[in-house]
Amino acid sequence: MPSPALIDIRGLYKAYQRGEQEIPVLQGIELQVYPGEFVALMGPSGSGKSTLLNLIAGIDQPTAGTITIGGVDIATLSETELADWRAANVGFIFQFYNLMPVLTAFENVELPLLLSSLSSRQRKERVAQVLSMVQLDDRADHYPNELSGGQQQRVAIARALVSDPLMIVADEPTGDLDRTTGEEVLGLLDALVADLGKTIVMVTHDPKAAAHAQRLVHLEKGVLVDDAAATMQLTPAALAD
Amino acid sequence: MFIWKLLLKNALRHRVRTLLTLLGLMVAVCAFGFLRTVVDAWYAGVEASSSTRLIVRSATSLTVPLPLAYAERLRAVDGLTTVSWSNWFGGIYQNERNFFPQFAVDPVSYLALYPEYKVSEADRIAWQRDRRGVIVGRKLATKFGWSVGDTIALRGTIYSGTWSFTLRGIYEGAQANVDENQMLMQWAYINESAKARNARRGDFVGVYVVGINDPNNAAVISQRIDAQFKNSLAETLTETEKAFQLGFVAMSEAILVALQAVSGIVILIIMAVMANTMTMTARERLAEYATLKALGFSPGFVVRLLFGESLLIALAGGLLAVAITVPLAAAFQQFAGSLFPSFRVTEETMLLQLAAALVIGMVAAAWPAWKMSRIDIVSGLRHVA
Repeated sequence: MPSPALIDIRGLYKAYQRGEQEIPVLQGIELQVYPGEFVALMGPSGSGKSTLLNLIAGIDQPTAGTITIGGVDIATLSETELADWRAANVGFIFQFYNLMPVLTAFENVELPLLLSSLSSRQRKERVAQVLSMVQLDDRADHYPNELSGGQQQRVAIARALVSDPLMIVADEPTGDLDRTTGEEVLGLLDALVADLGKTIVMVTHDPKAAAHAQRLVHLEKGVLVDDAAATMQLTPAALAD
Repeated sequence: MFIWKLLLKNALRHRVRTLLTLLGLMVAVCAFGFLRTVVDAWYAGVEASSSTRLIVRSATSLTVPLPLAYAERLRAVDGLTTVSWSNWFGGIYQNERNFFPQFAVDPVSYLALYPEYKVSEADRIAWQRDRRGVIVGRKLATKFGWSVGDTIALRGTIYSGTWSFTLRGIYEGAQANVDENQMLMQWAYINESAKARNARRGDFVGVYVVGINDPNNAAVISQRIDAQFKNSLAETLTETEKAFQLGFVAMSEAILVALQAVSGIVILIIMAVMANTMTMTARERLAEYATLKALGFSPGFVVRLLFGESLLIALAGGLLAVAITVPLAAAFQQFAGSLFPSFRVTEETMLLQLAAALVIGMVAAAWPAWKMSRIDIVSGLRHVA
């Protein structure tokens, strides 16, 4: 019997209002993501992939439908409940890292733990542990502007990981990096899935980045057009692109 | 601890901007405190006045003198304890710029009415014995470098001619608001000299200063005094010393209102400037606040960050302003000489300066904090992209 889906999306509909006109962005999405899966969301610009990721991450609200994550229908949560839920269950990785420029790498990683009940000593131990996992222990005291793009994204990964969330959402995590550095970052995400059993949902335009995922979900004009194993979707021609 | 560190780091992120805001705030709060001190100084005479003293003057005008003969009739009024008098001398020391108040008084009764003028027993006796003797306040003596025994020459304006006095004593104020810039001389000497020059000018006083046994009866006693001289050639107008001093202040009330308005406007201007700075700061950090909210921080945390930073800058500016107002006031007093009997930045003014700075900080952060607390996370994150 397969394990229950960590993310269970049913009849998801999202539309934006422009004046009196309703512009649909997502229409009737049905998607299940299982624990320990690495899923890539792909599609052309305006296909609704980032909107879907935002809805899964709980930073946007659907117009209709349910998004059940770890047994909780997050569409029914209030703003405060959703904030608490995100703090406990979601790790974020952004395209432009979104680190606090006035905080060191260590302090940036410590940030999500301020919302936990951990003591200062426990927080510091945990931060040191995850910084070591992303091989940045020697850069703990550096400010973001003293780090390369790849190093900043590793700090962001450590920040996403530090509170041991149910899932990690990554929005174009290699979009601002060169290919080699991007590969290093993707290798790190692979390791999170393989070694720690983390569930990752990633939005990407890059087929080579998508190739790291175990499953590829393709969106077009707000409709899920394909949901298959990544290896089946990525042809040698696409990879060579 | 973490939030304090974050507040401090945020405040120092754009050092030049923070420094300029701090400077503007410091100047505005200092100007507010300084102008308030000027207004306080204007009212110092009122504040220093006693509730047990009444001033009896001509009902026609302050420039019209009263007969010395009234003294005996005043002593007969029920409720009075002491009767004294004074004349404005109006002499010039060296040149007009060296202005200071000079009063011709009856030494014994006058000092009995003004216990706040602290003068040593030896100096008091020496003054009473020397008809040409004077006593001066400590600040005045310091300003002109006078010591006891010095001869002081004044050019008379009301009482013509050159008058030569000998300094017999220096008094000090019992409180900070007591005027130490005055010269007191013997009324009898001035009166005799004036009479010798013009017999019709003798035996008149400028005002009577009377002591009363119960401040609660001031109104009743005032009425009794004025009733005594009703329908005479020189009717009197009796009022409390405070009301008498307020009469002088009222003459320059328009200036005082203008000063108070300017101090308020200065605060409003810096409030607008700082609100603009905080709005700019918040707009620049839109994506950071959106990130914090995405990570699970509440809108209240963002509000605390903005208010905290604004209050931190405001408090620093306020403290610096207080620190520079005190020496500035001291330097001004040096420059203004005896224009103000007391020019001191009071504790109340310092507290008001700090309160004004904090209000500026609160108001400046209110709009951006409210705006940032309501920021949509998705739009905020897009701000970076």
